[in-house]
Amino acid sequence: MGKEKKAQSEQLLDLRNTPVVDKVGVEERIERFQSRSIKGESKKQGLRMALNMIDLTTLEGKDTPGKVKQMCYKAMHLHDVQQDLQAVAAVCVYPSMVKIAKNEVKNSNVKVASVSTAFPSGQAPMDVKLRDTKFAVSEGADEIDMVISRGKFLMGEYNFVYDEIAAIKEACGKARLKVILETGELATLDNVRRASDIAIMAGADFIKTSTGKVQPAATMQVTYTMLMAIKDHYDRTGVMIGMKPAGGISTAKQALHYLVMVNETLGSKWLTNEWFRFGASSLANDLLMQIMKQETGIYQSSAYFSID
Amino acid sequence: MSRLEVLKTYKIYIGGQFPRTESGRYYAVSDAKGKLLGNMCLSSRKDVRNAVVAARKAFGGWSERAAMNRGQILYRIAEMLEGRRTQFISELIAQGSTKVKAEQEVDLAIDRIVYYAGWCDKFTAILSSVNPVASSHFNFSVHEPTGVVGIVAPNDSSLIGLVSLVMPVIAGGNACIVIASEKLPLCAITFAEVLNSSDVPGGVVNILTGTNKELNDTLSTHMDINAVVYGGVDATAFQQLQSNASVNVKRVFHQQKDWLKSDAQDLYMIADTLELKTTWHPIENIGGATSTY
Repeated sequence: MGKEKKAQSEQLLDLRNTPVVDKVGVEERIERFQSRSIKGESKKQGLRMALNMIDLTTLEGKDTPGKVKQMCYKAMHLHDVQQDLQAVAAVCVYPSMVKIAKNEVKNSNVKVASVSTAFPSGQAPMDVKLRDTKFAVSEGADEIDMVISRGKFLMGEYNFVYDEIAAIKEACGKARLKVILETGELATLDNVRRASDIAIMAGADFIKTSTGKVQPAATMQVTYTMLMAIKDHYDRTGVMIGMKPAGGISTAKQALHYLVMVNETLGSKWLTNEWFRFGASSLANDLLMQIMKQETGIYQSSAYFSID
Repeated sequence: MSRLEVLKTYKIYIGGQFPRTESGRYYAVSDAKGKLLGNMCLSSRKDVRNAVVAARKAFGGWSERAAMNRGQILYRIAEMLEGRRTQFISELIAQGSTKVKAEQEVDLAIDRIVYYAGWCDKFTAILSSVNPVASSHFNFSVHEPTGVVGIVAPNDSSLIGLVSLVMPVIAGGNACIVIASEKLPLCAITFAEVLNSSDVPGGVVNILTGTNKELNDTLSTHMDINAVVYGGVDATAFQQLQSNASVNVKRVFHQQKDWLKSDAQDLYMIADTLELKTTWHPIENIGGATSTY
């Protein structure tokens, strides 16, 4: 037993020595992604692909069953004027709303994701976090979005963060686990890289940038840093990890830039909602407006699209 | 000692900024003798799109301002224009006007702005009404701005045509996108500089230069534009605007006046781009005779 454990730990990276990130290099790379011109048929497909990758999200203290039902309806009926649109990937809600959401989307491909572990701060004891997670799973959540303990991470207690993620992963059962790093609180890209590596090694199925409650939320810089962590892990082990930038992506143009970045960093295997998601709520309408512009040739107005 | 000539770069005006056209294209404008006056931006449909986004963003704040404050700001435009009187006169002369006519045009433009500044907090009192109804309701109709208005400025006028069409629209609380005269565009962009230095929030007026042929269709089909005012003379072009506008039932107006006449201005040009809102409010009694108070 002792031997086995040792062998396992040798496979792991030394968490104090994760790769450092060249910030200027990242920024230059990002600029390249933003200069790609996506037109015509590729734009059409890109917009629809992005729409299909959205986790439509409502995470407010004022959420009610009515609000969640409304959002679930929107998830399945994005813009009924255009018949051939797919639904979004998932709806993302608080644990208390999982059952309601699950019931609403039961006849569709839309999954239900639930945040957990005392979202968004993560400042709660372990047993509370585990119960939070198990409750969401028992209510029918297909995916769990957990937050890491940023305070502990910044104190250098990487093992604590690792163990916590591993324990939540176990509590998830069949549900896929997305680990939110809350990069807006991690201060440096080096930290983002380290937190990504910890999450991946501890068993994350997805790594996710932000809760959406802290500014800055998702940026292309942190997303690229996280994509590189996924790439290195894939090159080393052959295991795919998903990516979810969340918060701050509100325009179709930005979404296309992200898709370009994913394609050029990880390859087209990741260009499906099984491996890439956008955590957003207002992005959907901008994508819809752009899709309708492509279909009709005329510029659209938000007045003709449902709010939620 | 001879100085190096400092020539002005004419750009477009979107959201309170002076960007170049997104398309990177330009067209040359020359005077009657063939001397180059300037390279104007040849705006594209994407510039129209950007201008509409800016206008929609500005509309909320502008429409909710106190009417009196809108009047003050319009008056400030007049003040700023007054200060730049000589610049506009020389630009008009460069574009083929005589000195006397140019002076008349600029003075008239300033006066017209003051005229519409005065109307800002008065038109509701004149246009709105209390309506007699046969039930215990207080029933009244008031005017509210329609939203984002596209304006095609007349081609044969550099300054006064544009001013005459823009002022009533913003006096009513709308935001607008203006396509400047294709032939005589210089004053439109200089006027944008006046707007930019006169407390008009960015995005309330956006001015593009380019061809009507290219921009009219985008302007009139855009779903986020609520009305179009056409100041040109081409009946076919106007028909095309009307037909395009049907996609979201925009209001379309043809304004053809001799703008250099001092009475080519009125309250009803403000009313064109306003919508009537009627409200029913319950009351205990109608009329005063049997009223208990």
